Amino acid sequence: MENKAPEVKVPAVVTPGEDVLIRTKAWHPMETGWRETHDGQTVPRNRINKFVCRFNGADVFSADFHSGVSENPYLTFHARVPGAGVLEFEWRVDDGSILRASAHVGIAGA
Amino acid sequence: MWELNITEVRLTRRQVVAAGGAAALTAALAGLLPAVANASPKDAKKKLAELTGGAPLEEGRIAIDVPPYTQYGKQVRIAVSVDSPMSAGDRVKALHVLAERNTVPEVASYYFGALAGEARISTRIRVARTQILIVAAEMSDGTFHVGKARCKVARGGGGCG
Repeated sequence: MENKAPEVKVPAVVTPGEDVLIRTKAWHPMETGWRETHDGQTVPRNRINKFVCRFNGADVFSADFHSGVSENPYLTFHARVPGAGVLEFEWRVDDGSILRASAHVGIAGA
Repeated sequence: MWELNITEVRLTRRQVVAAGGAAALTAALAGLLPAVANASPKDAKKKLAELTGGAPLEEGRIAIDVPPYTQYGKQVRIAVSVDSPMSAGDRVKALHVLAERNTVPEVASYYFGALAGEARISTRIRVARTQILIVAAEMSDGTFHVGKARCKVARGGGGCG
């Protein structure tokens, strides 16, 4: 599960200035650091703490995740894309690693 | 054959009473100082004041879609939308989700950048027990709007959030 790449659903073709729904899902256990196994061991904290979405380098949407976000965090939001380009997604994990995904967006009629 | 090596344990009545007393004391202490305590609505209020900087909270403009009753608190779908045109002058800057009775009241904060579309998000959160969820929206003009929704969690179905 942990080696699975994050999933992103973005329309391939959009109209500039139109709201597009972006659906994302990262595969991560989101351990709070409070859970105990049956043999009394505390599972160490391991969370995604930050999500960032950029379009050609410009900030679109970001989020801070705390303990209340479910495992395999699913998140949808809307973007207004001005033209063709690349949407980049980043999930920053507590241990410093970053999960990445990207999607190309084209313009209708072009 | 097998050579059993059993240490005989014989306790006097006095020892049993003493051991019981010690156990009761430990239990009482554990009850007083739990390792991970659920937050109270007071903590959520404090957190909310911290996030808003003590600004007055206005009601309305926030719609929260959360199931009123769930049997599984580990994955509760929540959709939040803020009634805002998201134009350059009038937009939502940030959205904060708090759960009053989770272990830590903060659930997530969402920040809308320059290229964000309408202020509508949907996600999955952990709800530890029956409680009220608070959503606060920070507008570009500095005002704060707040919305609340109650989510009932079945007994034993909490999400350890």
